[in-house]
Amino acid sequence: MTAFVLRRLAQSIAVLLAVGLVAFLLFRYVGDPISGMVGQDTSLQEREELRQRLGLNDPAPLQFARFVGNAAQGWFGLSYRTSEPVSRMILERMPATLELALVAALFAVLVGVPMGVWTGLYPRHWSSRLLQAVSLIGVSLPTFLIGILLILVFAVILGVLPSFGRGDTVQLGWWTSGFFTLSGLKALILPSITLGLFQLTLIMRLVRSEMLEVMRTDYIKFARARGLTNRAINFGHALKNTLVPVITITGLQLGAIIAFSIVTETVFSWPGMGQLFVQSVQFADIPVMAAYLLLVALFFVLINLVVDLLYYAVDPRLRSGAATAGARGH
Amino acid sequence: MKAELRRWALAGAAALALGLGAASTTEAKTFKWANAGDVSSMDPYYRNETFLLAFLENIYDPLVRRDEKLGLEPALAVKWGQMSPTTWFFDLRPNVKFHDGSPFTADDVVFSLNRASSGGSNLKGNFTSVKEIRKVNDHRVEVDTKYPDPLLASKWALILIMSKAWAEKNNAAVAADATKNEENFATRNAMGTGGFMLKERRAGEKTVLVPNPNWWDKPKHNLTEVIFTPIPNPATRVAALKAGDIDMMYEVPPQDTDGLKRDANLKVIEGPETRVVYLGFDHERDELLESNIKGKNPFKDRRVREAFHRSIDVQAIRRAVMRGQSFPTNLMVAPGINGYVKELDKRPPLLKPEEAKKLLADAGYPDGFETGMDCPNDRYVNDEKICQAVVAMLARIGIKVNLLAQTRSKYFSKILRKADNSPGETSFFMLGWSPATTYDVHNVFESLIQTPNKETKKGLFNVGGYSNKKVDELSDKMEQETDTEKRDAMIYEATKLYTEDYAYIPLHQQAVIWAARKNIELHQPADNRFPLRFVQVK
Repeated sequence: MTAFVLRRLAQSIAVLLAVGLVAFLLFRYVGDPISGMVGQDTSLQEREELRQRLGLNDPAPLQFARFVGNAAQGWFGLSYRTSEPVSRMILERMPATLELALVAALFAVLVGVPMGVWTGLYPRHWSSRLLQAVSLIGVSLPTFLIGILLILVFAVILGVLPSFGRGDTVQLGWWTSGFFTLSGLKALILPSITLGLFQLTLIMRLVRSEMLEVMRTDYIKFARARGLTNRAINFGHALKNTLVPVITITGLQLGAIIAFSIVTETVFSWPGMGQLFVQSVQFADIPVMAAYLLLVALFFVLINLVVDLLYYAVDPRLRSGAATAGARGH
Repeated sequence: MKAELRRWALAGAAALALGLGAASTTEAKTFKWANAGDVSSMDPYYRNETFLLAFLENIYDPLVRRDEKLGLEPALAVKWGQMSPTTWFFDLRPNVKFHDGSPFTADDVVFSLNRASSGGSNLKGNFTSVKEIRKVNDHRVEVDTKYPDPLLASKWALILIMSKAWAEKNNAAVAADATKNEENFATRNAMGTGGFMLKERRAGEKTVLVPNPNWWDKPKHNLTEVIFTPIPNPATRVAALKAGDIDMMYEVPPQDTDGLKRDANLKVIEGPETRVVYLGFDHERDELLESNIKGKNPFKDRRVREAFHRSIDVQAIRRAVMRGQSFPTNLMVAPGINGYVKELDKRPPLLKPEEAKKLLADAGYPDGFETGMDCPNDRYVNDEKICQAVVAMLARIGIKVNLLAQTRSKYFSKILRKADNSPGETSFFMLGWSPATTYDVHNVFESLIQTPNKETKKGLFNVGGYSNKKVDELSDKMEQETDTEKRDAMIYEATKLYTEDYAYIPLHQQAVIWAARKNIELHQPADNRFPLRFVQVK
């Protein structure tokens, strides 16, 4: 078990290095940060000098090596756009993104799983058909459109929820939290629905199909024959056996929620890492982009690790064969 | 029982209403506004960028500032002028205090001017003529220049004065520099003498200002707090304004103006901006980079430039692309800038396609030709759409234009002149320019029209290398001419020369469009600065 975790962590460093190298190879195509850093009447010599000092004329692998060298010492450089330390810029925005992602994921799971169970148990019921139809909308409408529609209805027409931002926050050490103020909680509602809707429909459809599958199996029939209650059958036997794929998908989707909060954060002007990344791309702010991409890669790696560990908790077959840790189900 | 209950309820409601009423009369006048992007720093020398300088002008004062009509008026200097052609003096306002209560003196001025002209400062360009800055006494500063510089005070309206003691104490004595390995204290903090004080700065999220109760000037605003938020998405910005979550939005997308005008709670404030958007040619290469004509450069022929100029219908662009939000022009400077010549701001009449084709045939291109065109797609209002319209207009006279529109960071590195003074990699391009440092036409001549020269630093942004000896001469002379009448005559002559030469195709000034709630009174200057000192919440 420990060996497995250590091996996965070692692999993740390789993944991070690969992501970083690819990122640096791509940065040459995002444009020239210099034109944004200087005023319109800065002379060309000064521009060239600045480029030289920032090391932008060096080949990409060299720039990457320098970045890794500095990063290993905990220094991610100054943003080209604001001259603030990149590590602080990202740390300051991380709480906003993680809180939003957490609420969105909870929303997706807590609403998606029951809906999936319901539609799986009663596939012919009118309400199941309605949920199925509605979920199609969730899958097919683009995120920014849903966000704008929600803003239009709840902020502009009804005027009950804020149209943008995070509301008031409470400082807990370096972490800023919107969970403890009314305006902070209200501000979370629309963005987390927007962000979680796609995942919700995905989870619902997944649970539904898995439930349909499982309910046809023999052990459910035997469980019924044993006279177990519906509740024990549906949740104790059926749902539990659908969970392995659901956990995989939910875990991977949590990474996706963090990474793709970019669109939701832009629509709601949510002061998180995604918005920071978009601003940085427009400016070709290479230090911020590099640090952000590595961080997101790190999130994905860690979440995958946690997902793998969760299999052990859910699937007893893996626990018995835990010595050969490479054998992962599904 | 029931009646009693109702009485209590009524009394409660009345008390509540009274309480609310009382609260609203003494209510804090908080003003919330938004822009697409954040102020990139609190350091007033960090970028030579209108939005940053205008924002910080609320916190810091310059020596002389722009009034409502863009003229100069006293700020931290009460009197200024030239003692001799090469010496300027500034008499400073007495009894001015910084936000921390420390007194403002000539030391702060000398310190700030030196800070703005060294290190990572982006405003060094305003100090090219300066030889020495010296303190005479606590309330007088004198400046020696290398040559007569009649525009010095004008340029320095951009230089905001910060506290010397504060900067030195906090290790911020040198302007922020992105290539350094440490953060500059002034990036997030501010210490000026201005009408507002920085209360809270959360980069990318919000910036909160409160009025300075000890300001030397009498405030024309009635605000008690100002909250600025960047909202990048234009649709969200509009929604936030309609919902009343913000009171004012800076830079409204033109396609949203009609919708905002229809909303009874809102008003749209618009006017011409000082920036001119124009098209330029490669005048310099002997063969165009992106053309089917080999061995010669068609744009060197004035007739070709005339055919282009007189086939582009700026009124149609105004109607169809800009939705009326543009001000067509024939000059490279806008009204409100010193040296704008009204009599010459008349576009020559449009040519019929046959007439334009005849001009091209006379120049040796009876079948037209093919050329590349470069255009930004996120720099100016509707930039890419304007270029597409131009492509269609030129197609009618037999010119095939291959348009390449790209994002600003890629665009500028392609088209700007290179460090070795070779022309930008473009044949035909779009740019916008505002002489925002001096508000004087000489800046336009010097940067865009004079022959590019690395040594004298002229024509650095003359991307296509237009060159006219007579204009060069006039521009050099007007730089140092202190007699206004003689100078105006030079400006007139030089303006006539470049327009008759069809050196560039000026298109229009785009409109500055802001929107606000109905209860907000504000002032909109043509240089797109937003001074908080004129804002009233009714």
